[in-house]
Amino acid sequence: MRGNLAKAFEFTDTQVFRRAPLPRSYTDFLGRKLFLFLLTVQGLGAFALITLGVILKKSGVAKNVMRPRLRQETARAGVALLPMFFFVALALGFLVVGQTVSALAKVGATSYLGSTMVIVIVRELGPLLAAMLVLARVGTAHVIELGTARALGEVEALEALGIDPVHYLIVPRIIGMALGIFSLTVYLILGALASGYLFAFLQDVPMTPGDYFKQITESLSWLDFALLALKTMAFGFFIAIVTCYHGLAQPLRLEEVSRVAVRAVTQGVIVCVLIDVLFIVLYLVA
Amino acid sequence: MNEKTNIPAIEMRGVNVAAMRDATFLVVENVNWSVAAGEAWVIAGQEQSGKSDFLMLAAGLMAPAAGSLRILGNDPENFGEAELAERLRVGFVFQGGQLFSQLTIVENIALPLRYHKNLAAVDVAAPVALLLDRLELTPLADVTPANVAPNWRLRAALARALILQPEILLLDNPLAGLGARHRQWWLRFLDQLARGDEMFGGQPMTLVVTADDLRPWQHARRKFALLHDKKLVPLGGWPAVEASSDPVVKELLAFQTEAAAPA
Repeated sequence: MRGNLAKAFEFTDTQVFRRAPLPRSYTDFLGRKLFLFLLTVQGLGAFALITLGVILKKSGVAKNVMRPRLRQETARAGVALLPMFFFVALALGFLVVGQTVSALAKVGATSYLGSTMVIVIVRELGPLLAAMLVLARVGTAHVIELGTARALGEVEALEALGIDPVHYLIVPRIIGMALGIFSLTVYLILGALASGYLFAFLQDVPMTPGDYFKQITESLSWLDFALLALKTMAFGFFIAIVTCYHGLAQPLRLEEVSRVAVRAVTQGVIVCVLIDVLFIVLYLVA
Repeated sequence: MNEKTNIPAIEMRGVNVAAMRDATFLVVENVNWSVAAGEAWVIAGQEQSGKSDFLMLAAGLMAPAAGSLRILGNDPENFGEAELAERLRVGFVFQGGQLFSQLTIVENIALPLRYHKNLAAVDVAAPVALLLDRLELTPLADVTPANVAPNWRLRAALARALILQPEILLLDNPLAGLGARHRQWWLRFLDQLARGDEMFGGQPMTLVVTADDLRPWQHARRKFALLHDKKLVPLGGWPAVEASSDPVVKELLAFQTEAAAPA
């Protein structure tokens, strides 16, 4: 309980570097940034491992309390964002898919439509856009809520009551965000592909819905489904880890919460891009 | 001493207390102090004397920087999941209440019971309602803490600590900032707990409170200690407090002295 948070943060007191005087040379600056980066990676890694341990070890603890918390977090990172994702799916379909279909039809390259859509929408744009939107809408809320809770002593109150803060505060957010991003990505992809055809249809592209969806389904393999699930879950897990870590890291003061939220979002974007790169390598290797 | 095993409720030997916000800074050094089961202690000290840090350590929420701490005979450093039941024998009330801002008052109070016993909200409704009624919180049950006056917030924090029926209750400056009516209520209620209350098992509850004003705590059954200049000095009962020539004790009694002085 008390140990879990302490373990995650004991090696990560990066304040000592941030308080250091301004660098005298460019190498000093780079060195300081490198140390900060390594310490952050170490802290995030420790926090991720501890959280995974708690997820596995306490999966059956306080189910009557944790299940509603899980539903609440899943709704927040999933169902509650559906209207926004509906709009984004329409926009993505009109702006990207429709124009791509139209352009391919003009040069007579409609046979490439399926593979283009799968690469652009299913593998790349859909998951990444969903992750970024959830990071912006829910990730920032995580940092602010947890940072405020930390600053107001609510985390100490949980420990005083014998409740593991990682179990009560972090685990539902992580599972909720992983499930939320996965589900929203599926809806976003389906919506974008459907609205994209609608846009192409309005532009008189000579292609029946049957041909359009047949090409897409023929370009999809089992690997796309498996990696899509893995990738979106990884996005959700690591975005939640980054935002929760920054929300709970060190005894924050209230005035620090907004600064930490900005840092968490920046790191969240970087983590998403790194995960994306990793999955591109996986696609190429597989 | 614990009636069953003669084990002190809290025992400190050569303990150094570090500040919670800065583990390198010691706020109290070399504490040798023992609290027997059923005793009521008042730890007095000026502002910034380390009362809160000391109390959090006494509750096992912080590890000592040096020395040994035992709570009901156990080393709190070793409190893991298997020793959770031991851990829950200690209750803690923070100075500001530290209620969970996202939950209502009733949810705050029910949470520890629901979490540790794995119960649905409906299953804990009866004991929570009893406690709400006893602490006069029923009208505020469905309100979030931000919409409750600090006086009542603190009372809700007391209810949250009591719902698990602890044997030891530690309260951080519970009378700070309270109005006269609330202050009287707290003194009466804590006195009732110290004597033993049927609602909480009937046994005298071990109480440790911190205070920056000694006047309200005058009571023959209470023991007093002074936290000053990084030292914890046990004073004894109220007569010893009144007889003390320590200038800090006199300062903590200043209002009484002024009130008692001829105009």
